[in-house]
Amino acid sequence: MAQYLLSVIHPASGPDLPKEELQQSFHDVDTFNDEIMKSGNWVFAGGLVPPDQATVVDGRGAEAIITDGPYVETKEQVGGFWIIEATDLDEALSLAARGSKACRVPVEVRAFHAEPPEID
Amino acid sequence: MSADPAGAGLDAELTAITRAESGRVIAALARRFGDLDLAEDAYGEALVVALEKWRSEGLPPNPGAWLTTVAGNKALDRLRREKRRREKYAEAAMLIDESPPEPTGPVEDDRLRLVFTCCHPALALENRVALTLRLLGGLTVPEIAAAFLVPETTMAQRITRAKAKIRDSHIPYRIPGVDDVDVRLSGVLAVLYLVFNEGYLSSQGDGARLDLCEEAIRLARQLQQMVDGTPTLGVRPEVDGLLALMLLIHARHEARLVDGALVMLPDQDRSRWDPALIDEGHRLVRGCLRLNRPGPYQIQAAINAVHTDALDTSMTDWDQVLQLYDQLLAIAPSPIVQLNRALVVAELDGPEVALALVDRLELRTYHPWWAARADLLRRLGRRDDARTAYGEAIGLADNDAERAWLQARAGTP
Repeated sequence: MAQYLLSVIHPASGPDLPKEELQQSFHDVDTFNDEIMKSGNWVFAGGLVPPDQATVVDGRGAEAIITDGPYVETKEQVGGFWIIEATDLDEALSLAARGSKACRVPVEVRAFHAEPPEID
Repeated sequence: MSADPAGAGLDAELTAITRAESGRVIAALARRFGDLDLAEDAYGEALVVALEKWRSEGLPPNPGAWLTTVAGNKALDRLRREKRRREKYAEAAMLIDESPPEPTGPVEDDRLRLVFTCCHPALALENRVALTLRLLGGLTVPEIAAAFLVPETTMAQRITRAKAKIRDSHIPYRIPGVDDVDVRLSGVLAVLYLVFNEGYLSSQGDGARLDLCEEAIRLARQLQQMVDGTPTLGVRPEVDGLLALMLLIHARHEARLVDGALVMLPDQDRSRWDPALIDEGHRLVRGCLRLNRPGPYQIQAAINAVHTDALDTSMTDWDQVLQLYDQLLAIAPSPIVQLNRALVVAELDGPEVALALVDRLELRTYHPWWAARADLLRRLGRRDDARTAYGEAIGLADNDAERAWLQARAGTP
């Protein structure tokens, strides 16, 4: 089993859908969540507030520097995510396809490192 | 020190063995150890030992089995040396304890898994191509780099990146299930056809790089064998279709390129076609027709079968070719297919009708469109327009042989 981060890629301005379709999409995401809880793939999931409400903190210096807004301004931002458990990338991709269909936007799939990355 | 003839002969034999056995050995190791990198490295080490030993003692009766055993031991040695892989070593050792070589099928099965791993859609197409040639084809990195005209470091990076993604993202080492075997198999065929076309059309440079064509054909034969040996996959006529298509195109290579210049089908010396390859291609096409489950590769193969059936162009059954193009357009519509169809129409209904069809297509950056147009204009006696069109085609073509042909054509009244 491996864990994957499925990032939901939204336009930075938020989901761009008519109201009814947005409602239907929320409903579909709920259904999908129920399904992957039952199948044992669910680890965690959540939706995020808009990127303009993000705060960047840089704690490398003596005093942490706090900046209003996202780290990088881009046209697309992560609007939410799932963390799932899957046997392999094929299973993760097929779950991502269902998730993408439910939330009506593309989903990026990235595996978590199985063990801490090695430092040579 | 390979100046001695015996050594050179052995080297040639070793290359042949490497290319034939690479996929098999690496596939078996990859399944046993679940680590492509380890499999490839161990195989590389085994090859070094093999070269040394076989030079002094001659070839063993079964070089493939020998390589598998030695590479397996090399992999175990390496695992023993590497502390961080202790767990994997335990697993692998357990596997060995309990497992005499598996009884039926799994050899082909292993290799087929490797094919689907190397051609996984989560890998960029160029990386799939590189990995397939490296692991299944047994080509060296410098060989692949030279064939694709990229620096060795670039090619090495592509392969490293692809292997890292397979490992870290857990791309499975598995034959796809019934649900997606169609899509996945057509992805594999696309990789092989791309290798073939790179050899055949070689978008840059001076003509066909035949070794790539031959490699693509060899891999397609292997794939055909594997698919036939895996009943759960069912019958997959597109594999035969692709093999037939490549054989029928490759059969004409000696007639197609004469003194560095391209010779088009109507002008080719048909006695220089390879009759054995054409026979085999025709046999495969007939098999596909009997099965009657057409796909794009099968139809293209059938078109080439009609062409290679005629003793000269005037005897070509153009009606049949046109029907096949219509069938191809119905299942795989594309402006390039429409362009080729228009050239068939030219044979049946004359250049004027064909030109009207060609002019409707949005292919102004595609040099074969200009070349086709130029030829039709020439046949209509519109010499100035033809010259302009040839000029455009020459400007867009980046293959020397093709340019030479177009230049010669442009000067022909």
